[in-house]
Amino acid sequence: MKASRHERSFARPAAGEELIRVEDLHKSFGTKHVFEGLNLSVIEGEILTVMGGSGIGKSVLLKCLIGLIYPDLGKIIFEGQDLTEFEESDFLPVRRKIAMVFQGAALFDSLTVAENIAYPVREHFPQKTDEEIQRIVSQKLELVKLPGIESMKPSDLSGGMRKRVGLARAIAVDPEVILWDEPTTGLDPISAHAIDLLILSMKRKLGCTSVVVTHDLDSAFTVSDRIAMIAKRKIIQVGTVHEMRSSTVPEVRTFFEARRPARPRAAAQ
Amino acid sequence: MNQDFNGPEEESLREAVQQELEAIIPFSAKLRKAIEELGEVSVLLARTIARAVRPPYELGAFAYQLEALGIGSLSIASLTAVFAGLVMSLQFAFFMARFGVQHTVGKVVSLSIFRELGPVLIALTVGARIGSGIAAELGSMKVTEQIDAVRALGADPIKKLAVPRILACVIVVPALTVLADVLAMVAGSAVVKVEYEIPFDQFYRSAIETVQWADFLSGIMKSAVFGVIISAVGCYKGFQVEGGTEGVGRATTETVAIASVAICLADFFLTKLLLSL
Repeated sequence: MKASRHERSFARPAAGEELIRVEDLHKSFGTKHVFEGLNLSVIEGEILTVMGGSGIGKSVLLKCLIGLIYPDLGKIIFEGQDLTEFEESDFLPVRRKIAMVFQGAALFDSLTVAENIAYPVREHFPQKTDEEIQRIVSQKLELVKLPGIESMKPSDLSGGMRKRVGLARAIAVDPEVILWDEPTTGLDPISAHAIDLLILSMKRKLGCTSVVVTHDLDSAFTVSDRIAMIAKRKIIQVGTVHEMRSSTVPEVRTFFEARRPARPRAAAQ
Repeated sequence: MNQDFNGPEEESLREAVQQELEAIIPFSAKLRKAIEELGEVSVLLARTIARAVRPPYELGAFAYQLEALGIGSLSIASLTAVFAGLVMSLQFAFFMARFGVQHTVGKVVSLSIFRELGPVLIALTVGARIGSGIAAELGSMKVTEQIDAVRALGADPIKKLAVPRILACVIVVPALTVLADVLAMVAGSAVVKVEYEIPFDQFYRSAIETVQWADFLSGIMKSAVFGVIISAVGCYKGFQVEGGTEGVGRATTETVAIASVAICLADFFLTKLLLSL
Protein backbone atom coordinates (compact mmCIF):
# COMPACT_ATOMS: atom_id res chain seq x y z
CA MET A 1 0.00 0.00 0.00
CA LYS A 2 1.29 3.44 -0.92
CA ALA A 3 1.98 5.85 1.90
CA SER A 4 0.27 9.22 1.79
CA ARG A 5 2.38 12.35 1.53
CA HIS A 6 1.78 13.09 5.23
CA GLU A 7 3.32 9.79 6.28
CA ARG A 8 6.54 10.23 4.39
CA SER A 9 9.62 11.18 6.39
CA PHE A 10 13.08 11.57 4.98
CA ALA A 11 16.18 10.75 7.00
CA ARG A 12 19.34 12.38 5.68
CA PRO A 13 22.29 10.01 6.18
CA ALA A 14 25.65 11.01 7.62
CA ALA A 15 28.50 11.87 5.25
CA GLY A 16 29.90 8.76 3.60
CA GLU A 17 26.68 6.77 3.96
CA GLU A 18 24.35 5.79 1.15
CA LEU A 19 21.99 8.61 0.12
CA ILE A 20 20.35 7.22 -3.02
CA ARG A 21 20.09 3.56 -4.02
CA VAL A 22 18.81 2.55 -7.43
CA GLU A 23 17.81 -1.13 -7.57
CA ASP A 24 17.08 -3.20 -10.65
CA LEU A 25 15.81 -0.22 -12.65
CA HIS A 26 14.01 -0.98 -15.90
CA LYS A 27 12.81 1.65 -18.35
CA SER A 28 11.63 1.35 -21.94
CA PHE A 29 10.22 3.82 -24.43
CA GLY A 30 8.07 1.74 -26.76
CA THR A 31 10.33 -0.96 -28.12
CA LYS A 32 13.51 0.84 -27.08
CA HIS A 33 14.86 -0.60 -23.84
CA VAL A 34 16.95 2.00 -22.01
CA PHE A 35 17.62 0.23 -18.71
CA GLU A 36 17.38 -3.46 -17.91
CA GLY A 37 18.36 -3.99 -14.29
CA LEU A 38 20.40 -0.88 -13.56
CA ASN A 39 21.85 -0.68 -10.03
CA LEU A 40 23.63 2.33 -8.54
CA SER A 41 24.43 3.86 -5.16
CA VAL A 42 25.10 7.52 -4.46
CA ILE A 43 27.01 8.34 -1.29
CA GLU A 44 26.17 11.41 0.81
CA GLY A 45 28.56 14.25 0.05
CA GLU A 46 30.23 12.75 -3.02
CA ILE A 47 30.38 13.88 -6.63
CA LEU A 48 29.38 10.88 -8.73
CA THR A 49 29.77 11.18 -12.47
CA VAL A 50 27.66 8.96 -14.71
CA MET A 51 29.27 8.42 -18.09
CA GLY A 52 28.33 6.67 -21.27
CA GLY A 53 27.76 7.25 -24.95
CA SER A 54 25.13 9.55 -26.41
CA GLY A 55 21.55 8.28 -26.24
CA ILE A 56 22.37 5.60 -23.70
CA GLY A 57 19.98 6.95 -21.08
CA LYS A 58 22.13 9.12 -18.79
CA SER A 59 19.60 11.96 -18.75
CA VAL A 60 16.76 9.46 -18.32
CA LEU A 61 18.47 8.21 -15.16
CA LEU A 62 18.64 11.74 -13.73
CA LYS A 63 14.99 12.38 -14.60
CA CYS A 64 14.03 9.12 -12.86
CA LEU A 65 15.87 10.29 -9.73
CA ILE A 66 13.79 13.48 -9.51
CA GLY A 67 10.50 11.91 -10.65
CA LEU A 68 10.25 13.56 -14.06
CA ILE A 69 10.20 10.10 -15.65
CA TYR A 70 8.65 7.08 -13.97
CA PRO A 71 10.58 3.79 -14.27
CA ASP A 72 8.78 0.66 -15.44
CA LEU A 73 10.28 -1.52 -12.73
CA GLY A 74 12.75 -1.31 -9.87
CA LYS A 75 13.26 0.92 -6.86
CA ILE A 76 14.84 4.31 -6.21
CA ILE A 77 15.45 4.68 -2.50
CA PHE A 78 16.19 8.25 -1.38
CA GLU A 79 16.72 8.89 2.34
CA GLY A 80 14.79 5.74 3.16
CA GLN A 81 11.82 6.45 0.86
CA ASP A 82 11.07 4.53 -2.33
CA LEU A 83 10.43 7.25 -4.93
CA THR A 84 8.86 4.78 -7.36
CA GLU A 85 5.86 4.60 -5.00
CA PHE A 86 5.37 8.37 -5.07
CA GLU A 87 2.51 10.12 -6.84
CA GLU A 88 3.31 13.33 -8.70
CA SER A 89 1.96 15.40 -5.82
CA ASP A 90 4.25 13.58 -3.34
CA PHE A 91 7.36 14.78 -5.12
CA LEU A 92 7.20 18.36 -3.79
CA PRO A 93 9.44 17.65 -0.74
CA VAL A 94 11.76 15.55 -2.93
CA ARG A 95 12.19 18.43 -5.38
CA ARG A 96 13.00 20.69 -2.46
CA LYS A 97 15.87 18.31 -1.59
CA ILE A 98 16.96 17.29 -5.10
CA ALA A 99 17.52 20.01 -7.70
CA MET A 100 18.40 19.62 -11.35
CA VAL A 101 20.55 21.74 -13.65
CA PHE A 102 19.26 21.07 -17.16
CA GLN A 103 21.44 20.56 -20.21
CA GLY A 104 20.23 23.73 -21.95
CA ALA A 105 19.64 25.47 -18.58
CA ALA A 106 15.84 25.46 -19.31
CA LEU A 107 15.49 29.04 -18.09
CA PHE A 108 12.02 30.52 -18.53
CA ASP A 109 12.33 32.89 -21.48
CA SER A 110 9.51 35.18 -20.39
CA LEU A 111 11.04 35.83 -16.96
CA THR A 112 14.08 37.85 -15.94
CA VAL A 113 17.11 36.19 -14.33
CA ALA A 114 15.89 37.28 -10.88
CA GLU A 115 12.39 35.92 -11.52
CA ASN A 116 13.87 32.63 -12.73
CA ILE A 117 15.93 32.23 -9.55
CA ALA A 118 13.02 33.33 -7.36
CA TYR A 119 10.68 30.78 -9.00
CA PRO A 120 11.49 27.73 -6.83
CA VAL A 121 11.68 29.89 -3.69
CA ARG A 122 8.14 31.15 -4.29
CA GLU A 123 6.93 27.58 -4.90
CA HIS A 124 8.56 25.98 -1.87
CA PHE A 125 8.46 28.93 0.54
CA PRO A 126 5.38 31.02 -0.32
CA GLN A 127 5.62 32.79 3.04
CA LYS A 128 8.93 34.48 2.16
CA THR A 129 8.73 38.22 1.59
CA ASP A 130 9.91 39.96 -1.59
CA GLU A 131 12.91 41.37 0.30
CA GLU A 132 13.99 37.93 1.49
CA ILE A 133 13.62 36.51 -2.00
CA GLN A 134 15.59 39.42 -3.43
CA ARG A 135 18.37 38.68 -0.95
CA ILE A 136 18.42 34.98 -1.89
CA VAL A 137 18.59 35.86 -5.59
CA SER A 138 21.56 38.18 -5.02
CA GLN A 139 23.37 35.60 -2.85
CA LYS A 140 22.95 32.83 -5.41
CA LEU A 141 24.10 35.05 -8.26
CA GLU A 142 27.19 35.95 -6.21
CA LEU A 143 27.81 32.25 -5.65
CA VAL A 144 27.82 31.51 -9.37
CA LYS A 145 29.96 34.63 -10.01
CA LEU A 146 27.30 36.56 -11.90
CA PRO A 147 26.37 39.45 -9.62
CA GLY A 148 24.20 42.28 -10.87
CA ILE A 149 22.44 40.56 -13.76
CA GLU A 150 19.06 40.26 -12.03
CA SER A 151 17.14 42.29 -14.59
CA MET A 152 18.57 40.59 -17.69
CA LYS A 153 16.50 38.17 -19.75
CA PRO A 154 17.77 34.64 -20.58
CA SER A 155 17.99 35.62 -24.25
CA ASP A 156 20.65 38.22 -23.32
CA LEU A 157 22.95 35.61 -21.75
CA SER A 158 25.73 33.50 -23.24
CA GLY A 159 25.63 29.70 -23.03
CA GLY A 160 27.96 29.60 -20.01
CA MET A 161 26.02 32.35 -18.23
CA ARG A 162 22.75 30.53 -18.85
CA LYS A 163 24.15 27.37 -17.27
CA ARG A 164 25.35 29.33 -14.25
CA VAL A 165 21.95 31.04 -13.85
CA GLY A 166 20.41 27.56 -14.17
CA LEU A 167 22.64 26.49 -11.29
CA ALA A 168 21.71 29.58 -9.26
CA ARG A 169 18.05 28.67 -9.76
CA ALA A 170 18.69 25.04 -8.77
CA ILE A 171 20.46 25.99 -5.52
CA ALA A 172 17.96 28.73 -4.63
CA VAL A 173 16.21 26.46 -2.12
CA ASP A 174 19.48 24.99 -0.75
CA PRO A 175 19.01 21.41 -2.00
CA GLU A 176 20.90 18.43 -0.61
CA VAL A 177 21.51 16.90 -4.04
CA ILE A 178 22.24 18.56 -7.38
CA LEU A 179 21.69 16.61 -10.59
CA TRP A 180 23.79 18.00 -13.43
CA ASP A 181 22.71 17.08 -16.97
CA GLU A 182 25.66 17.54 -19.34
CA PRO A 183 26.87 20.72 -17.59
CA THR A 184 29.79 21.38 -19.94
CA THR A 185 28.23 20.36 -23.26
CA GLY A 186 28.30 23.12 -25.85
CA LEU A 187 30.66 25.36 -23.88
CA ASP A 188 34.10 26.61 -24.83
CA PRO A 189 36.94 25.04 -22.80
CA ILE A 190 37.32 28.00 -20.45
CA SER A 191 33.59 28.20 -19.68
CA ALA A 192 33.50 24.41 -19.29
CA HIS A 193 36.32 24.51 -16.75
CA ALA A 194 34.57 27.35 -14.92
CA ILE A 195 31.52 25.08 -14.62
CA ASP A 196 33.76 22.26 -13.30
CA LEU A 197 35.03 24.62 -10.61
CA LEU A 198 31.45 25.53 -9.73
CA ILE A 199 30.53 21.87 -9.33
CA LEU A 200 33.46 21.47 -6.93
CA SER A 201 32.58 24.66 -5.08
CA MET A 202 28.97 23.49 -4.55
CA LYS A 203 30.36 20.51 -2.65
CA ARG A 204 32.80 22.65 -0.69
CA LYS A 205 30.55 25.62 0.11
CA LEU A 206 27.10 24.02 0.34
CA GLY A 207 27.94 20.43 1.23
CA CYS A 208 25.82 19.20 -1.67
CA THR A 209 25.94 15.73 -3.12
CA SER A 210 26.21 15.89 -6.92
CA VAL A 211 25.29 13.42 -9.63
CA VAL A 212 26.84 14.63 -12.87
CA VAL A 213 25.90 13.16 -16.23
CA THR A 214 28.47 13.83 -18.91
CA HIS A 215 30.52 12.32 -21.68
CA ASP A 216 33.21 14.97 -21.22
CA LEU A 217 36.18 13.01 -19.83
CA ASP A 218 38.16 16.09 -18.81
CA SER A 219 35.24 17.31 -16.77
CA ALA A 220 34.67 13.88 -15.23
CA PHE A 221 38.33 13.52 -14.21
CA THR A 222 38.33 17.04 -12.71
CA VAL A 223 35.20 16.84 -10.57
CA SER A 224 34.50 13.19 -9.77
CA ASP A 225 34.93 11.35 -6.52
CA ARG A 226 33.61 8.28 -8.30
CA ILE A 227 32.64 7.50 -11.89
CA ALA A 228 29.89 5.11 -12.99
CA MET A 229 29.83 3.83 -16.56
CA ILE A 230 26.58 2.93 -18.32
CA ALA A 231 26.66 0.39 -21.14
CA LYS A 232 24.47 -2.51 -22.18
CA ARG A 233 21.50 -0.86 -20.43
CA LYS A 234 23.05 -1.07 -16.96
CA ILE A 235 25.97 0.20 -14.87
CA ILE A 236 28.94 -1.90 -15.88
CA GLN A 237 31.52 -0.44 -13.50
CA VAL A 238 31.75 2.10 -10.67
CA GLY A 239 35.01 3.30 -9.20
CA THR A 240 37.29 6.17 -8.38
CA VAL A 241 38.90 8.12 -11.22
CA HIS A 242 42.08 6.10 -10.77
CA GLU A 243 40.21 2.78 -10.77
CA MET A 244 38.27 3.69 -13.89
CA ARG A 245 41.36 4.90 -15.75
CA SER A 246 43.05 1.58 -15.08
CA SER A 247 39.92 -0.44 -15.80
CA THR A 248 40.17 -3.66 -17.77
CA VAL A 249 36.47 -3.66 -18.71
CA PRO A 250 36.49 -3.41 -22.53
CA GLU A 251 33.62 -0.88 -22.80
CA VAL A 252 35.28 1.39 -20.22
CA ARG A 253 38.66 1.17 -21.90
CA THR A 254 37.14 1.86 -25.32
CA PHE A 255 35.29 4.90 -23.97
CA PHE A 256 38.29 6.35 -22.14
CA GLU A 257 40.76 5.68 -24.94
CA ALA A 258 38.55 7.58 -27.38
CA ARG A 259 39.18 10.84 -25.52
CA ARG A 260 40.26 13.91 -27.39
CA PRO A 261 43.34 15.97 -26.47
CA ALA A 262 42.97 17.64 -23.08
CA ARG A 263 41.63 21.18 -23.16
CA PRO A 264 43.67 24.10 -21.87
CA ARG A 265 43.22 24.89 -18.21
CA ALA A 266 45.10 28.15 -17.99
CA ALA A 267 43.15 31.27 -17.25
CA ALA A 268 40.06 29.24 -16.55
CA GLN A 269 37.90 31.01 -14.01
CA MET B 1 -14.87 -26.13 -52.31
CA ASN B 2 -11.51 -24.50 -52.45
CA GLN B 3 -11.68 -24.35 -56.18
CA ASP B 4 -14.78 -22.14 -55.91
CA PHE B 5 -12.58 -19.46 -54.33
CA ASN B 6 -9.84 -19.75 -56.91
CA GLY B 7 -11.81 -18.61 -59.94
CA PRO B 8 -11.10 -15.23 -61.50
CA GLU B 9 -14.26 -13.65 -60.06
CA GLU B 10 -13.47 -14.83 -56.58
CA GLU B 11 -9.90 -13.63 -56.99
CA SER B 12 -11.03 -10.15 -57.94
CA LEU B 13 -13.56 -10.20 -55.10
CA ARG B 14 -10.82 -11.19 -52.69
CA GLU B 15 -8.62 -8.35 -53.95
CA ALA B 16 -11.48 -5.91 -53.58
CA VAL B 17 -12.13 -7.06 -50.00
CA GLN B 18 -8.41 -6.83 -49.29
CA GLN B 19 -8.31 -3.26 -50.62
CA GLU B 20 -11.35 -2.31 -48.57
CA LEU B 21 -9.78 -3.78 -45.44
CA GLU B 22 -6.53 -1.96 -46.10
CA ALA B 23 -8.49 1.27 -46.48
CA ILE B 24 -10.51 0.64 -43.33
CA ILE B 25 -7.62 -0.34 -41.03
CA PRO B 26 -5.74 2.98 -41.24
CA PHE B 27 -9.07 4.79 -40.96
CA SER B 28 -10.00 2.84 -37.84
CA ALA B 29 -6.53 3.54 -36.39
CA LYS B 30 -7.01 7.25 -37.07
CA LEU B 31 -10.48 7.17 -35.55
CA ARG B 32 -9.14 5.41 -32.49
CA LYS B 33 -6.34 7.99 -32.18
CA ALA B 34 -8.86 10.82 -32.53
CA ILE B 35 -11.05 9.33 -29.79
CA GLU B 36 -8.02 8.84 -27.54
CA GLU B 37 -6.95 12.44 -28.09
CA LEU B 38 -10.47 13.66 -27.34
CA GLY B 39 -10.31 11.72 -24.08
CA GLU B 40 -6.91 13.16 -23.22
CA VAL B 41 -8.05 16.73 -23.95
CA SER B 42 -11.06 16.10 -21.69
CA VAL B 43 -8.76 14.85 -18.92
CA LEU B 44 -6.54 17.92 -19.32
CA LEU B 45 -9.62 20.14 -19.13
CA ALA B 46 -10.88 18.39 -16.00
CA ARG B 47 -7.47 18.76 -14.35
CA THR B 48 -7.36 22.41 -15.37
CA ILE B 49 -10.72 23.07 -13.73
CA ALA B 50 -9.63 21.20 -10.58
CA ARG B 51 -6.40 23.27 -10.38
CA ALA B 52 -8.16 26.54 -11.24
CA VAL B 53 -10.48 26.43 -8.24
CA ARG B 54 -7.70 25.50 -5.81
CA PRO B 55 -5.60 28.34 -4.29
CA PRO B 56 -3.12 29.91 -4.74
CA TYR B 57 -4.55 31.65 -7.79
CA GLU B 58 -2.19 32.62 -10.59
CA LEU B 59 -3.65 36.11 -11.05
CA GLY B 60 -0.47 37.63 -12.46
CA ALA B 61 -0.14 34.96 -15.15
CA PHE B 62 -3.88 35.21 -15.88
CA ALA B 63 -3.63 39.00 -16.37
CA TYR B 64 -0.56 38.54 -18.58
CA GLN B 65 -2.41 36.02 -20.76
CA LEU B 66 -5.46 38.28 -20.96
CA GLU B 67 -3.27 41.00 -22.38
CA ALA B 68 -1.17 38.73 -24.61
CA LEU B 69 -4.11 36.86 -26.10
CA GLY B 70 -6.72 39.64 -26.02
CA ILE B 71 -4.90 42.86 -26.89
CA GLY B 72 -2.74 41.00 -29.37
CA SER B 73 -5.83 39.75 -31.21
CA LEU B 74 -7.65 43.10 -31.39
CA SER B 75 -6.47 44.04 -34.89
CA ILE B 76 -7.28 40.70 -36.54
CA ALA B 77 -10.66 40.55 -34.77
CA SER B 78 -11.54 44.11 -35.79
CA LEU B 79 -10.54 43.64 -39.42
CA THR B 80 -12.43 40.36 -39.69
CA ALA B 81 -15.52 41.87 -38.11
CA VAL B 82 -15.54 45.02 -40.24
CA PHE B 83 -15.22 43.15 -43.52
CA ALA B 84 -17.73 40.49 -42.47
CA GLY B 85 -20.21 43.27 -41.64
CA LEU B 86 -19.56 45.04 -44.95
CA VAL B 87 -19.99 41.90 -47.05
CA MET B 88 -23.00 40.54 -45.15
CA SER B 89 -24.86 43.85 -45.38
CA LEU B 90 -24.07 44.28 -49.06
CA GLN B 91 -25.18 40.74 -49.90
CA PHE B 92 -28.42 40.92 -47.93
CA ALA B 93 -29.28 44.41 -49.13
CA PHE B 94 -28.66 43.43 -52.76
CA PHE B 95 -31.00 40.43 -52.65
CA MET B 96 -33.64 42.05 -50.43
CA ALA B 97 -33.76 44.99 -52.79
CA ARG B 98 -35.11 42.60 -55.44
CA PHE B 99 -38.20 42.13 -53.26
CA GLY B 100 -38.33 45.76 -52.21
CA VAL B 101 -37.65 45.04 -48.53
CA GLN B 102 -34.11 46.37 -48.29
CA HIS B 103 -35.16 48.62 -45.39
CA THR B 104 -35.33 45.49 -43.18
CA VAL B 105 -31.72 44.58 -43.86
CA GLY B 106 -30.76 45.57 -40.30
CA LYS B 107 -32.92 42.74 -38.91
CA VAL B 108 -31.29 40.03 -40.99
CA VAL B 109 -27.76 41.31 -40.65
CA SER B 110 -27.98 41.77 -36.89
CA LEU B 111 -29.50 38.35 -36.27
CA SER B 112 -26.90 36.63 -38.48
CA ILE B 113 -24.03 38.43 -36.81
CA PHE B 114 -25.15 38.13 -33.21
CA ARG B 115 -26.29 34.51 -33.33
CA GLU B 116 -23.83 32.94 -35.72
CA LEU B 117 -21.33 34.91 -37.75
CA GLY B 118 -19.71 36.89 -34.92
CA PRO B 119 -18.92 33.93 -32.64
CA VAL B 120 -17.89 31.50 -35.38
CA LEU B 121 -15.85 33.92 -37.46
CA ILE B 122 -13.97 35.24 -34.44
CA ALA B 123 -13.39 31.72 -33.13
CA LEU B 124 -11.99 30.58 -36.46
CA THR B 125 -9.76 33.58 -37.17
CA VAL B 126 -8.69 34.64 -33.70
CA GLY B 127 -8.77 31.01 -32.59
CA ALA B 128 -6.21 30.04 -35.19
CA ARG B 129 -3.92 32.77 -33.91
CA ILE B 130 -4.44 32.04 -30.23
CA GLY B 131 -4.48 28.24 -30.49
CA SER B 132 -1.38 28.01 -32.64
CA GLY B 133 0.38 30.56 -30.41
CA ILE B 134 -0.37 28.52 -27.27
CA ALA B 135 0.74 25.27 -28.94
CA ALA B 136 3.94 26.87 -30.24
CA GLU B 137 4.82 28.46 -26.90
CA LEU B 138 4.16 25.37 -24.80
CA GLY B 139 5.73 23.13 -27.45
CA SER B 140 8.89 25.22 -27.42
CA MET B 141 8.93 25.03 -23.63
CA LYS B 142 8.57 21.25 -23.88
CA VAL B 143 11.47 20.75 -26.30
CA THR B 144 13.75 23.05 -24.31
CA GLU B 145 12.89 21.16 -21.09
CA GLN B 146 11.22 24.21 -19.53
CA ILE B 147 8.13 22.17 -18.68
CA ASP B 148 10.35 19.58 -17.00
CA ALA B 149 11.99 22.50 -15.18
CA VAL B 150 8.59 23.73 -13.93
CA ARG B 151 8.00 20.29 -12.41
CA ALA B 152 11.57 19.98 -11.10
CA LEU B 153 11.24 23.35 -9.34
CA GLY B 154 8.19 22.14 -7.45
CA ALA B 155 5.41 23.66 -9.54
CA ASP B 156 2.54 22.11 -11.48
CA PRO B 157 2.67 22.75 -15.27
CA ILE B 158 -1.11 22.51 -15.59
CA LYS B 159 -1.67 25.11 -12.88
CA LYS B 160 1.15 27.36 -14.04
CA LEU B 161 0.69 27.10 -17.81
CA ALA B 162 -2.70 25.66 -18.78
CA VAL B 163 -4.97 27.34 -16.21
CA PRO B 164 -4.06 30.98 -17.05
CA ARG B 165 -4.30 30.35 -20.80
CA ILE B 166 -7.62 28.50 -20.75
CA LEU B 167 -9.23 30.95 -18.32
CA ALA B 168 -7.97 33.89 -20.36
CA CYS B 169 -9.45 32.37 -23.52
CA VAL B 170 -12.84 31.93 -21.84
CA ILE B 171 -12.84 35.70 -21.25
CA VAL B 172 -11.00 36.90 -24.36
CA VAL B 173 -12.95 35.09 -27.09
CA PRO B 174 -16.41 36.28 -25.91
CA ALA B 175 -15.04 39.80 -25.34
CA LEU B 176 -13.64 39.90 -28.87
CA THR B 177 -16.96 38.54 -30.14
CA VAL B 178 -18.84 41.44 -28.53
CA LEU B 179 -16.38 43.85 -30.13
CA ALA B 180 -16.79 42.07 -33.45
CA ASP B 181 -20.61 42.23 -33.20
CA VAL B 182 -20.48 46.00 -32.67
CA LEU B 183 -17.91 46.67 -35.40
CA ALA B 184 -19.73 44.47 -37.91
CA MET B 185 -22.99 46.34 -37.25
CA VAL B 186 -21.29 49.74 -37.61
CA ALA B 187 -19.59 48.68 -40.84
CA GLY B 188 -22.81 47.11 -42.16
CA SER B 189 -24.90 50.17 -41.41
CA ALA B 190 -22.33 52.42 -43.09
CA VAL B 191 -22.17 50.42 -46.31
CA VAL B 192 -25.96 50.16 -46.76
CA LYS B 193 -26.24 53.90 -46.03
CA VAL B 194 -23.81 54.65 -48.84
CA GLU B 195 -24.97 52.00 -51.31
CA TYR B 196 -28.74 51.82 -50.65
CA GLU B 197 -29.41 55.06 -48.79
CA ILE B 198 -30.84 53.24 -45.79
CA PRO B 199 -30.63 55.66 -42.85
CA PHE B 200 -28.61 54.69 -39.79
CA ASP B 201 -31.56 55.06 -37.43
CA GLN B 202 -33.71 52.76 -39.58
CA PHE B 203 -30.94 50.15 -39.71
CA TYR B 204 -30.34 50.20 -35.96
CA ARG B 205 -34.04 50.45 -35.04
CA SER B 206 -34.86 47.35 -37.06
CA ALA B 207 -31.87 45.60 -35.53
CA ILE B 208 -32.87 46.50 -31.96
CA GLU B 209 -36.47 45.47 -32.60
CA THR B 210 -35.31 42.08 -33.84
CA VAL B 211 -32.36 41.06 -31.68
CA GLN B 212 -33.32 39.84 -28.23
CA TRP B 213 -31.08 39.25 -25.24
CA ALA B 214 -31.31 35.51 -25.91
CA ASP B 215 -29.84 35.99 -29.40
CA PHE B 216 -26.96 38.03 -28.04
CA LEU B 217 -26.30 35.69 -25.12
CA SER B 218 -26.43 32.56 -27.26
CA GLY B 219 -23.61 34.00 -29.36
CA ILE B 220 -21.60 34.86 -26.25
CA MET B 221 -22.14 31.42 -24.78
CA LYS B 222 -21.01 29.79 -27.99
CA SER B 223 -17.88 31.90 -28.09
CA ALA B 224 -17.02 30.97 -24.48
CA VAL B 225 -17.23 27.29 -25.44
CA PHE B 226 -15.13 27.99 -28.53
CA GLY B 227 -12.56 29.69 -26.27
CA VAL B 228 -12.33 26.55 -24.16
CA ILE B 229 -11.91 24.37 -27.27
CA ILE B 230 -9.21 26.57 -28.80
CA SER B 231 -7.13 26.86 -25.64
CA ALA B 232 -7.57 23.25 -24.49
CA VAL B 233 -6.49 21.91 -27.89
CA GLY B 234 -3.55 24.36 -27.98
CA CYS B 235 -2.41 23.38 -24.47
CA TYR B 236 -2.82 19.67 -25.14
CA LYS B 237 -0.89 19.78 -28.40
CA GLY B 238 1.80 21.95 -26.82
CA PHE B 239 2.27 19.57 -23.89
CA GLN B 240 2.41 16.59 -26.26
CA VAL B 241 5.17 17.93 -28.53
CA GLU B 242 7.91 15.44 -29.32
CA GLY B 243 10.73 15.67 -31.82
CA GLY B 244 12.23 19.14 -31.50
CA THR B 245 11.29 22.11 -33.63
CA GLU B 246 9.70 19.89 -36.27
CA GLY B 247 7.33 18.64 -33.58
CA VAL B 248 6.48 22.24 -32.62
CA GLY B 249 5.55 23.02 -36.22
CA ARG B 250 3.41 19.90 -36.44
CA ALA B 251 1.64 20.75 -33.16
CA THR B 252 0.73 24.28 -34.31
CA THR B 253 -0.66 23.02 -37.62
CA GLU B 254 -2.64 20.25 -35.93
CA THR B 255 -3.98 22.70 -33.36
CA VAL B 256 -5.44 24.95 -36.07
CA ALA B 257 -6.93 22.00 -37.95
CA ILE B 258 -8.39 20.24 -34.91
CA ALA B 259 -9.70 23.43 -33.29
CA SER B 260 -11.36 24.56 -36.54
CA VAL B 261 -13.13 21.23 -37.05
CA ALA B 262 -14.09 21.08 -33.36
CA ILE B 263 -15.51 24.63 -33.52
CA CYS B 264 -17.68 23.73 -36.53
CA LEU B 265 -18.93 20.54 -34.85
CA ALA B 266 -19.56 22.28 -31.54
CA ASP B 267 -21.34 25.11 -33.36
CA PHE B 268 -23.84 22.69 -34.86
CA PHE B 269 -24.63 20.96 -31.58
CA LEU B 270 -24.73 24.20 -29.60
CA THR B 271 -27.09 25.74 -32.16
CA LYS B 272 -29.37 22.71 -31.91
CA LEU B 273 -29.25 22.91 -28.13
CA LEU B 274 -29.82 26.65 -27.89
CA LEU B 275 -32.68 26.63 -30.40
CA SER B 276 -34.42 23.94 -28.40
CA LEU B 277 -34.27 25.94 -25.15
